[in-house]
Amino acid sequence: MMQDIKKWAFGSLWLFILTIPFLGIINALYFLVSLIVLAILWFIYKPFEQNILDVQSKLLQLPMPSIRWSLYFVIAILVLILPFISDQYITNVATSAITYIVLALGLNIVVGFAGLLDLGYVAFYAVGAYSYALLSTKAGLSFWAVLPLSAIMAAIFGIILGFPTLRLRGDYLAIVTLGFGEMIRITLNNWDSVTGGPNGILNIKGPATLGLSFSQPHHYYYLIIIIGIFTIFAVNRLNNSRIGRAWVAIREDEIAAEAMGINIVKMKLLAFALGASFAGIAGGFFASKMKFVSPESFTFFESVIILCMVVLGGMGSIPGVILGAVVLIILPESLRGFQNYRMIIFGAAMVLIMLFRPQGFIGGVRRRLELHPEDEKILKQETESLYDVKQK
Amino acid sequence: MLLQQIINGLTIGSVYALIALGYTMVYGILQLINFAHGEIYMIGAYMGIIAITFFIYIGLPDISIALTLVLTFLAAIIFTGAYGITLERVAYRPLRNAPRLSILISAIGMSIVLQNYVMLAQGARDKIFPHELKIGGELIIADAHITYTQVLIMALSVLMMSGLTWFIKKTKVGMAMRATAQDRRMAGLLGINTDRIIVITFLIGSILAGAAGVMISMYYGIVNFYMGYTAGIKAFTAAVLGGIGNIPGAMLGGILLGLLEALGAGYISSEYKDVFAFAVLVLVLIFKPTGLLGERISDKV
Repeated sequence: MMQDIKKWAFGSLWLFILTIPFLGIINALYFLVSLIVLAILWFIYKPFEQNILDVQSKLLQLPMPSIRWSLYFVIAILVLILPFISDQYITNVATSAITYIVLALGLNIVVGFAGLLDLGYVAFYAVGAYSYALLSTKAGLSFWAVLPLSAIMAAIFGIILGFPTLRLRGDYLAIVTLGFGEMIRITLNNWDSVTGGPNGILNIKGPATLGLSFSQPHHYYYLIIIIGIFTIFAVNRLNNSRIGRAWVAIREDEIAAEAMGINIVKMKLLAFALGASFAGIAGGFFASKMKFVSPESFTFFESVIILCMVVLGGMGSIPGVILGAVVLIILPESLRGFQNYRMIIFGAAMVLIMLFRPQGFIGGVRRRLELHPEDEKILKQETESLYDVKQK
Repeated sequence: MLLQQIINGLTIGSVYALIALGYTMVYGILQLINFAHGEIYMIGAYMGIIAITFFIYIGLPDISIALTLVLTFLAAIIFTGAYGITLERVAYRPLRNAPRLSILISAIGMSIVLQNYVMLAQGARDKIFPHELKIGGELIIADAHITYTQVLIMALSVLMMSGLTWFIKKTKVGMAMRATAQDRRMAGLLGINTDRIIVITFLIGSILAGAAGVMISMYYGIVNFYMGYTAGIKAFTAAVLGGIGNIPGAMLGGILLGLLEALGAGYISSEYKDVFAFAVLVLVLIFKPTGLLGERISDKV
């Protein structure tokens, strides 16, 4: 207890001194006071910590299948009737949340399943959006013809960009994919004759079918729900297929996987291509909904946010990734009341979630069943046994 | 023209090199991409301007401009150093044994926090480096103009890089750092306080980035809260180009990247200069996947 008080006191004072030059002494004092309030709250919370953790772990254990299915059922009903029980604003937020679910599930193929850290995923989103925009405005094709073409274009880019990276590992791969992402954005920004440069492409046609032309937000909402269900279904099937297992094998140990007869080149390119094609679909949908695309929508920050959705939710787990995407879209929206502070709270929330749940909200089932030498418990046992040698 | 581009490239390249050192040292020890490192550099740039404004307020430049500049650098590196070790303590140390991507996300979160903190505290508009303290004058060699600021930047960078090389090679702490980078657990078993070594690594990296920040604000005369992002990506690219985890590699990579950018902007197209830098990086990595000076790590079976 005494130690904790000392820690808090020292920490608050330290942060206070650090912030003086930036905030000025008055605001830094306010900051100090809020830190002290935080400390007091923490000391009130501390005695109950164990109870809260117990409740939390009970909640996180997946409930009985029947309860789980009825929960899914309720969520499904809510999602379906959302436009009727809420306003346009919420429908639009939900639409963008589902778009990001599609993106995050696509990235999950590359990062979560195959273990290839991709920091330029937004490039494929951009390729999809611009393919849609160009084919729709210049060639005059309809939505239903263009959407698969956007996916194919993105997949082709996935293979082209994936090919030179096959030999790279880990962080080298990360920086090369980041470079590709930036290269595509800069090219879109400067290739005026085709992409319209920074102004982007305007007046993109929306979809139309059976005499209904899409104009209301809820039209797009139902369209993206269909795309989202298709994505979840496809990714789930992939996960449980031979291909999905091959990816996991590559993620865990490339050499062993190769020795077991997995074609590494083919499987990696397949991961890039399939991951990219979902981004292409999401991009095509985005272009048709916004009726406008510009390079601004495809910055590195977007890639980072999509990656955060995958990791926050729990890598490799489909419900986890969906939860991560929903949280990261809803959180900034619900913080609008805090205006300028919302991005700070958003960033701090990302740090805190990682501090308390490093494996994400829902870790992948298969990952949970594996042995992880980096896990704290095992590491502790190992070091303990190292020290114990003498005592025995 | 060529000489001029080379000088400009060397100037910006030495700044990249200083930031890249921070990335590469942290990576060497923790295998962590310290995503918030660019923000530390941005904080250094702001801290420089804040300190100078304060010194002008108390009338120090009237006594000695050189002293003011020295004190500004000191203030900036003390604060960036403090921010660096706070960052490590708050966002990285609790996650020491967590999956690596989780630490990356925590780093990205900290980067967002720091950026928005500076924006809220100092305003969203650009800050101008006080013109009273700009170093005027330039050398003219052939037809190239080298400002004294550029000379100062290059000289200081060389000084700091040689200081760092000496520190890593000759001192006990430097030796402990190398040992920790090779095998953290083994170093721990041999009695090296690895947590302290990690703190020192962050401290040194942040000091270099802080100094780079002050220098760049003198060079461009302008700072903003999002400057850390681009510089961070460039410096990380430089670190990878040279072979991440390798200290001379980061210096070489930074300077090469600066030169490539300046020459690319001068002779090919200034709009595509970033594309040019990344394209060279990709080419280098295709032919030498561990960077220019990186050691080939044999695959463990």
